Amino acid sequence: MSESVTMQGLACPLPLAHTEKIVLGHGSGGKLSHDLIKTYFLPAFDNPALRAGNDAGIVALDASRLAISADSHVVAPLFFPGGDIGKLAVCGTVNDLAMMGATPLYLTAGFILEEGLDMALLARVAESMRDAAREAQVQIVAGDTKVVQRGKADGLYISTAGVGVLRDGVNIHGANAQPGDAVILSGTLGDHGIAVLSARGDLGFDADVVSDIAPLNELVAALLETGAALHVLRDPTRGGVATTLNEIAQQSNVGIVLREDALPIRPAVAAACEMLGFDPLYIANEGKLLAVVASQDAERVLRVLRAHKYGADAALIGIVQAEPRGRVLLKTSIGSARVVDVLMGELLPRIC
Amino acid sequence: MKYLTEYRDAQLVQGVIQEIQRTVTRPWVLMELCGGQTHAIVRHGIDQLLPREIELVHGPGCPVCVTPLELIDKALALAARPDVIFTSYGDMLRVPGSDGDLFARRAAGGDVRVVYSPLDAVKIAQQNPAKQVVFFAIGFETTAPANAMSVAHAKALGVKNFSILVSHVCVPPAIHAILAAPSNRVQGLVAAGHVNAVMGYWEYPALAEKYRVPIVVTGFEPLDIAQGILTTVQMLEQGRIGVANAYPRAVTRQGNQPAQAMIQQVFMPVDRKWRGIGVIPQSGWGLRPEFAEYDAETRFDVGAIKTNESPLCIAGEILQGLKKPHHCPAFAKQCTPEHPLGATMVSNEGACAAYYKYGRHMLLENAP
Repeated sequence: MSESVTMQGLACPLPLAHTEKIVLGHGSGGKLSHDLIKTYFLPAFDNPALRAGNDAGIVALDASRLAISADSHVVAPLFFPGGDIGKLAVCGTVNDLAMMGATPLYLTAGFILEEGLDMALLARVAESMRDAAREAQVQIVAGDTKVVQRGKADGLYISTAGVGVLRDGVNIHGANAQPGDAVILSGTLGDHGIAVLSARGDLGFDADVVSDIAPLNELVAALLETGAALHVLRDPTRGGVATTLNEIAQQSNVGIVLREDALPIRPAVAAACEMLGFDPLYIANEGKLLAVVASQDAERVLRVLRAHKYGADAALIGIVQAEPRGRVLLKTSIGSARVVDVLMGELLPRIC
Repeated sequence: MKYLTEYRDAQLVQGVIQEIQRTVTRPWVLMELCGGQTHAIVRHGIDQLLPREIELVHGPGCPVCVTPLELIDKALALAARPDVIFTSYGDMLRVPGSDGDLFARRAAGGDVRVVYSPLDAVKIAQQNPAKQVVFFAIGFETTAPANAMSVAHAKALGVKNFSILVSHVCVPPAIHAILAAPSNRVQGLVAAGHVNAVMGYWEYPALAEKYRVPIVVTGFEPLDIAQGILTTVQMLEQGRIGVANAYPRAVTRQGNQPAQAMIQQVFMPVDRKWRGIGVIPQSGWGLRPEFAEYDAETRFDVGAIKTNESPLCIAGEILQGLKKPHHCPAFAKQCTPEHPLGATMVSNEGACAAYYKYGRHMLLENAP
């Protein structure tokens, strides 16, 4: 080397060892680990707390109440139409905080990488997280990296925690649903689950469906601004709308009645579900929220949702009743009724 | 997929229901044969909308439900073998044998894979020459052509490490068994449209004649089912016996002849034991001698199978339409989809599963 090498403290900018794949050494805490963080994570997540390079990130918070959430992401494949594991990790965590009416601020991200993972793939995941964090206006201030032997992780797993602040007076809770409340869904059912199944090749055909992963904190902030009486907010992820509404019905000890013909669903998702015998009410969504609101505020909430890009297909899908307590009913389009239970076990497609 | 909305159109369905109400003058007992139709009826609440005079009893058209426990136990034993990749359609994974289910075998290290087509199982066999690939070939006539094709395909390709565990049953012998039983109350049959899409309905006039009943080939959407029931009721009210086709967009009298030829090439009629009912002669299909090498039952020696049926389970009576799921003392108590005592609570086509899944027992308690 002819140029002089600038030494900055203990960081010696020698060329990175020429690996294109993750090896066990990347998780050992030594040079390879540091280089991995410097090359992929620091540039993507760039913020003062992270750049300080300490054991924990230091942030200042001005709040009397904090919302803290935890999540793990093991989706396979890592990339699918409309998203990837990185975007999912950031948005999923942001949304858990947003559903409490909190303003999400800081995330942590722990990575478990499989030996043999392509570095280029890791770079794409980190960039995707950077983009999602930027949109959600959050910072990833702490992280961790471990590497496990080939075959012990599906490429990579991500574990996150999220911290947000709650303004005084915000009281959004699963036990707050009242008889008479309106049940609103911010958009179409089942997009994420079907997109992932399609990408996995599990459907046996290609579905023209894109995952709906999205950060919903801005949407929730808009709803809070309206002053509407938001009793419950929840995002219907694994288990779908059916399971989430059952949780709310049980927490609030009320009944919920849905109208089948009010459920918004894309034709491609409906078709894929029909072919496999899936009920869209049980399929995961990653960019939708359920809002249980005082009935007089339903119109206002719908208007605000529909004015936002992530709520364009918002619909009033049901109401809360006193009975049957802890249960969810569905009025079919032909005028009959059935009970909608929680998801039992795994979703399995039918025989014939 | 516009047909989805057209055949679920609320006004059209209600129109047909009203026509049923106008037509019926006395009580009738109808049986829908197919478990898929049972699910559709319960899911859309069609029986809730029918006039009280019409009683729907649910038939044995659930191939998983009628597969003998011994065969399920054999499947579980095969799945536990380290040299076997066991493949099956999805909802078999939860069916309990005498000791656990395929999910449990998978958790214990067995290679159990869900496939969407038996041809995928043949592919897996080609990709894993050191392993034995077994496909659980369950079904009525609907799935028989594809299962037959997988064996013919494997033979043509020279794939030797592939075999099928056969549990195929046929509808006409089931109709005989139901209608000939001394306890039978069924007066009209709503026939399984997808079976008929394969087999046609040329086998049915003789049955209708022998048992003096109307048999109406029926589809699966709410409008199809309502129409099938209407046609059956009209025939009953007019005292007409015979066969009618209320699913003409999918079914012809002769059926799908290449599919039938495929079945005949690979399978032949055999006696089959129907779980909860007993042996019905010539009621199923088994592999022809020239394909016998593909029979997993003879290829593997899984040792003596000692079955353990739950004494509480009354699935047999439910499959024959003698009792309804909520009549069972164990229903929704000891027997739930999470802890099923019998196959009818697990299979996507089981009557008990339909009642439980759509909360029919809860609706019957607090009648809306």
